[in-house]
Amino acid sequence: MGDLVIHDLNQSFSRDDGTILAAIDNLSLTVSDKEFVCILGSSGCGKTTLLRMIAGLDTATGGEILLDNERITGPDAKIGIVFQEYSLFPWRSVLDNVAFGLEMRGMERDERYRLAEQYLDLVGLTLFAKSYPSELSGGMRQRVAVARALALDPVVLLMDEPFGALDAQTRNMLQHELLNIWGKTKKTIIFVTHSVDEAVYLADRIIVLTPRPGRICEIFSIDQPRPRDRTSVEFAKVRRLVLDLINQPKCTLQNELSSKV
Amino acid sequence: MGNHELNHKNRWLGVFAILLGLIVWEIIAALIIRYPFIMPSPTDVFSAFLDLLRNGTLFLDFQASLVHFGLGLGAALIIGIPIGIGMGWSRKFDAFLDPVIEILRPIPPLAWIPFAIIWFGLTMYSAGFVIFIGSVFPVIINTYSGFRSVPRIFVEAGKMLGCTKNWDLIRYIAFPSALPSIAAGIRIATGVGWMCLVAAELFGVSNYGLGKNLWQYYNLHRMDCVVVYMLLLGLIGLFFDMIFRYYIDRQFLKWRTGEVA
Repeated sequence: MGDLVIHDLNQSFSRDDGTILAAIDNLSLTVSDKEFVCILGSSGCGKTTLLRMIAGLDTATGGEILLDNERITGPDAKIGIVFQEYSLFPWRSVLDNVAFGLEMRGMERDERYRLAEQYLDLVGLTLFAKSYPSELSGGMRQRVAVARALALDPVVLLMDEPFGALDAQTRNMLQHELLNIWGKTKKTIIFVTHSVDEAVYLADRIIVLTPRPGRICEIFSIDQPRPRDRTSVEFAKVRRLVLDLINQPKCTLQNELSSKV
Repeated sequence: MGNHELNHKNRWLGVFAILLGLIVWEIIAALIIRYPFIMPSPTDVFSAFLDLLRNGTLFLDFQASLVHFGLGLGAALIIGIPIGIGMGWSRKFDAFLDPVIEILRPIPPLAWIPFAIIWFGLTMYSAGFVIFIGSVFPVIINTYSGFRSVPRIFVEAGKMLGCTKNWDLIRYIAFPSALPSIAAGIRIATGVGWMCLVAAELFGVSNYGLGKNLWQYYNLHRMDCVVVYMLLLGLIGLFFDMIFRYYIDRQFLKWRTGEVA
């Protein structure tokens, strides 16, 4: 199962000058099992903050996040993540990167390599098993990162602008591959992006966040069948709708909630 | 490839410079100064070398020096790496130990010779101690800075993949990530330690030793033999450095290729 419930979540950071900056403000959201959700917002709107809290890397200042009715208190094997930056361990070969989580779990060498090869195959990089990350292109590195996260068979896969640093062509290709993988592995995916095009191509639902502090401004469901054709009229229609949505004053307004302590 | 060829061609320039240096030295020593006590010529040195090979103790000297050096460097690694890891990993341990280290570090290794004698007597251990003092600080400092510059993303990726205990994070993430810096520290330590060797053997800790007999031949006014020992010390130091450059870096840090080039 991969039902995620976010309830009244708050996150704030204290700044050096003593004020408190609210990054996430009373955010509630439910993501159901096997759903593909995109979180859309401009830079600095708290998308990454939200994702890090779901991952258990940061602790919320208020509210809670439940995965299958269990509260998330720290990194958990049920949740995998693909970061925006290249996070592969450069001192490990591609295969050893994918097998890392299994190794930490104490799986036997042969068994974990067998599984890791399976996941490398899923992202189409079997031939690069022995290579080191420095020998791979950006797109290949992110594919390995996806395989590495999936190898632990998490129920939720978090993706923090994973294709943000890639060129448009590679990006489109990887989006397509990701949907295939999602179809095969049936994970709940929460995908953070600032690209409307990407969100419309991928998501079942798009959650639009307001900047500073992050709140849900709009939720937009897309029921177009996949694979979606980026050049089709319907796609353009949805894309325009979403663009209009995010450009509404209530979604762009910056209302900094900072207060003196 | 082109670069490689160029390096190959340029290597002859270096060989040429060495030959030129020998010729100039020979001319100055044999034709201008003509007093081997002030400046032995290359041919004097070469015949002294052959003489020492036949009747001298070169091999025993080499052996004894290697023992002194090995003791010092070995102790520096065994003590320096854990201290560097501790200081790099824990802010508290860093704050605790840093002042002591910063006070001890600028004391020249040779200033420790009196205490080396008092504590260890005229044994190989006191020579080792002087070399240890010279080489432990580069090891500590490079291990420390290697640990401090472990990218946060690697630690977080590790945590998300089930590597959550401190010890596991050090072993699987921080140590391999810091390894290039640690290796650089050991390389510097090797150089500094080797330079302390002559002084460490100066006060008569052993019957043999490259540094010991360098002084011995000076007392006998055999300056040609002194030059033989000088050159041997230099060449062996160079050899250690080559081991690092060509073997250790390629064997253990091959994942870094491509990162710099």
